[in-house]
Amino acid sequence: MSRLLIENIIFAVKIVVIFGAVLTAVPFMVLLERVLIARIQQRVGPNRVGLDFIPGLGFLKGKFIIGGILQAFIDGAKLFLKEEVRVRAVDPVLWRIAPLITLVPAIMILAIVPFGPPIGLNIFGDWYKIPLAITDLEVGILFYLAVTGVAVYGIVLAGYSSNSKYSLIGGIRSSAQMISYEIALSLSLVGVLLIAGSFSLSRLIGIQSEGVWNWNIWKQPIGAALFLIAGFAESNRLPFDLPEGESELGAGFHTEYSSMKFAMFFMAEYMNMFSYSAILTTLFLGGFYGPIPLPASVYAMIDQPIFGIVSGVGSAVIGVFWFSVKVFLLVCLFVWIRGTLPRFRYDQLMDLGWKVMLPAALVNMVVTAAVIALVAKPISAAPTPDGPALTIALLVAGVVQVVAIDRILTARKRRILGHAH
Amino acid sequence: MEYLHPYIPILMIVVLAAAFAVVTIIASALIGPHRPGRVKALPYESGMVPFHEANIRLPIKFYVVALLFLLFDVETVLILTWAIAFRAPGAPMPGFQGYAFLVMLFFMIILVIGLLYEWRKGALKWT
Repeated sequence: MSRLLIENIIFAVKIVVIFGAVLTAVPFMVLLERVLIARIQQRVGPNRVGLDFIPGLGFLKGKFIIGGILQAFIDGAKLFLKEEVRVRAVDPVLWRIAPLITLVPAIMILAIVPFGPPIGLNIFGDWYKIPLAITDLEVGILFYLAVTGVAVYGIVLAGYSSNSKYSLIGGIRSSAQMISYEIALSLSLVGVLLIAGSFSLSRLIGIQSEGVWNWNIWKQPIGAALFLIAGFAESNRLPFDLPEGESELGAGFHTEYSSMKFAMFFMAEYMNMFSYSAILTTLFLGGFYGPIPLPASVYAMIDQPIFGIVSGVGSAVIGVFWFSVKVFLLVCLFVWIRGTLPRFRYDQLMDLGWKVMLPAALVNMVVTAAVIALVAKPISAAPTPDGPALTIALLVAGVVQVVAIDRILTARKRRILGHAH
Repeated sequence: MEYLHPYIPILMIVVLAAAFAVVTIIASALIGPHRPGRVKALPYESGMVPFHEANIRLPIKFYVVALLFLLFDVETVLILTWAIAFRAPGAPMPGFQGYAFLVMLFFMIILVIGLLYEWRKGALKWT
């Protein structure tokens, strides 16, 4: 078999495995969210459906969180078996493809997420280096920004084609919100791109290796915070869930969707949450690298070829472990914020996007470029971390910016409250 | 054609995702019950009978936001490419980074003047 064919087969296997794994993870994320929200609100949460199906474990029923472990799967099956209500006078084509346009980009982002360091595989006597990401694009970040941009269309078309006032208002609100925060999202990444000098995610991870002090969050505290907030807005989660604010708009843009079409929007939201946490991990939190690097001798020992077929398994396992831990904690942060904060008013939302986040992103970009021009040398060919000088300089610049933003916002708040009285 | 090779899996995953979505939607529509009704087909309006179609008028503000987005998105494209070139090895001339920084600073000043103008004109105001 030719090398190209084998590489394409490897691609296909990776796609099926990662797609299957994330698709299985979505119900567990729903369950995690429901359990955590229940605990935050001092309720019990789902604890019934589950252990009846496993013989011998029925006595645990209702005692632990694990009692509800099958709840999300049962809900999915229920949605699958429900009637699909077709509302009068919907736009037939747009109404049908809107869930697809929402779900497909959410899945596409998984293609660039690096889950772990590459492993070596021996196939018919040839060694193949297999990165634990579906593909490693030179333009990874551009791909990410482009694909998240497409997701707007699904929501707008869903709202527009449903022939319902609630859907229409939800869709229009959502489009304005998402395009406003998309600018802050793109500009918040400029600092990281300046440091890395590349769009490639493998390079962006490479410069964060060798310890927690090399992670980009120290170099770009403002960038990380802006990316975090913009990500909440882009995935339409609380406190930015105005497109589907239950108390105002029914269910917003997906009011008229039922059955599996509704489940598509639901899955897309959780997939977005996952892939967004994964990208944040990769860009700012060191990706699959642990906080403290092991000595090279340990890696040499655990990465020995096993049976002459695979090599690098040890560091791959450690990498996937750290990656999963970070993504899990970020998903918990999503849920935590949903359980804590109230919803924005619409004018406050637009104010935050255009008058706070956009200027902050622009200033952060200029300051980062100035610091790099003063302190740093051109990047090396191999992705290696920059020295401590750049980290310290950028950290100082970041702290100064945080203090300045705090001062300006406090003054602005006083001024607005003063007018109110 | 070698440089297109990393994009093959993107094509694969698009096909897989679209196939997954289409198949589950069609299967669910075939399996689920189907009992249409005149009232059931009305759009949701909190239990009331909707009194006209949903082609309502919307505030012009949304249109202004879309225009602003177009302007800033074009600028974002320029800024992103500039960010990549900023630290690239093999600079075309000595002092390239300072030069690139000043050029971008000039561009940013023009951009910020535009933003301030929009701000003052009330294009960013919602109340």
